[in-house]
Amino acid sequence: MSRLSPAEKVKIARHPERPGTADFIDALFTDFFEQRGDRLYGEDGSILGGIARFHGQPVTVIGHRKGKNLEENLRCNFGMPSPEGYRKAQRLMRQAEKFGRPIITFVDTPGAYPGREAEERGQGEAIAQCLALMSALEVPVISVITGEGGSGGALALAVANRVLMLEHAVYSVLSPEGFASILWKASSRADEACGVMRLTAQDLRRGGIVQGVLREPEGGAHTDWQATFRTVDAALVKELAGLEKMKGSALAKQRYEMFRAMGQSLPPAREEEP
Amino acid sequence: MNRTFSQRRDRLLIYRAMREGKLTSSRRSRCSACGEESPSLEWDRNLQVCPKCGFHAPIGAYYRLANILDPGSFQELEEKLSPADPLHFPDYPAKLAGLEEKTGLRDAAVAALGRIEGRKAVFAVLDSQFLMGSMGTAVGEKVTRAAEYAARKKLPLVIFSASGGARMQEGIFSLMQMAKTAAAIQRFQRGGGLYISCFTHPTTGGVTASFASLGDIMLAEPGALIGFAGPRVIEQTIKEQLPEGFQRAEYLLDHGSLDRIVPRKEWRAVLSQLMALHEGGKRS
Repeated sequence: MSRLSPAEKVKIARHPERPGTADFIDALFTDFFEQRGDRLYGEDGSILGGIARFHGQPVTVIGHRKGKNLEENLRCNFGMPSPEGYRKAQRLMRQAEKFGRPIITFVDTPGAYPGREAEERGQGEAIAQCLALMSALEVPVISVITGEGGSGGALALAVANRVLMLEHAVYSVLSPEGFASILWKASSRADEACGVMRLTAQDLRRGGIVQGVLREPEGGAHTDWQATFRTVDAALVKELAGLEKMKGSALAKQRYEMFRAMGQSLPPAREEEP
Repeated sequence: MNRTFSQRRDRLLIYRAMREGKLTSSRRSRCSACGEESPSLEWDRNLQVCPKCGFHAPIGAYYRLANILDPGSFQELEEKLSPADPLHFPDYPAKLAGLEEKTGLRDAAVAALGRIEGRKAVFAVLDSQFLMGSMGTAVGEKVTRAAEYAARKKLPLVIFSASGGARMQEGIFSLMQMAKTAAAIQRFQRGGGLYISCFTHPTTGGVTASFASLGDIMLAEPGALIGFAGPRVIEQTIKEQLPEGFQRAEYLLDHGSLDRIVPRKEWRAVLSQLMALHEGGKRS
């Protein structure tokens, strides 16, 4: 089981029984108060967020929400957010900063919703504003990629001081199907795409994209929720303790510099500037 | 390297000659939008806008800069920045080398210092001839360095986008350029910098969902396709036909996403006006 192929990991990451954001909130937090709506247009069920206590401490928790059955899935659009979801997330994060609460996000989405209304209401702008806002927040931000980290729709909740990833979660520039379709005009070659995309937690840890890989129970997170919760809880406690020692400005700086360094290993600028 | 430099210089000289109407030719070019033929000379005089239907054909980064900047004010920034192959993606280095040979570009973005009607600014221009203007590490890094340079020198930043989105061949590293560029723009803007974002045809995906949508002022060329998801993906998802003009600049203007649509010939005047309007503020 420990030697799963990237394509097998994609299947586990998408497993319908895998614990999602709502399950993590139920298990790891107390006193959860859900906050709804973006105050601009509407409420998007595909992003779940609010205030809760983590080991007694108030935090803001936000994540992508997928359903476990068809009815739930229709309500939260299979975990594919619209601009309202990202703007709700921004609203919650600004509040967290105002009240000095750490932010914990759970990432699990096939991607932002590619729909007509989403485009009309500025899907690109909503994601871009999430990235810009998160990059400068002066409170601790920890993201856990729990299932599918699909494209910009995932990244919009993952500009964090620490990005952690469950062992069999995946995180990629596009779904393997979309990747194969763009590069080879054949979405049927998705399994092959999984092999070249480097989307596994282990590859991403090596590449410096994520800072920690969290062990899953034998067989995957869906086989033993309690064990998965214990692992994620322990990791969050540890990371939060470290980040809480830092000043707000230092947190923003550390986060900025971590993302600034990604893909920087290119030839340096010439010394003389005009 | 010298050969590439001389290619670029030659091209700039040709563009200047075109602008001044010194080049003549009996050749004709067909518009890919309306299908009508027009004399190439007229296309040139019209800055590659179809003389018949007004279609703004995609143009290269150097050509755009040559047409916008004051003559002689162009100084390229970070021109040595070259692409990387972080995933060791099959055949990617050969593809990059072939494109450099063909286009004279090292990757899909050019950064420059220049003036418009005497006002200095930092420019970054994406070029769709190079892998659809897709954003990999080199494009992300160049846009970021342009923003950092503009911040250091306290200059306005003008970015022209044209992009199919994230570059697949650099995988997750391309995705991270969205966070990196958005963060750099945010920092530049919080420092009081003016950022003017100019969409050109087509701009989609990760570029739309990062630096291109963060302008203090948001502009676009007529007819430019601008979106997060491409129209084909949307049609496949929602299984219905999209309305006429969907995701075009005019449609976005109607839906509140843009400040103004700027025909190609008016860029100099509009950018100059905007820069002048930002000179009186207390932070300038």
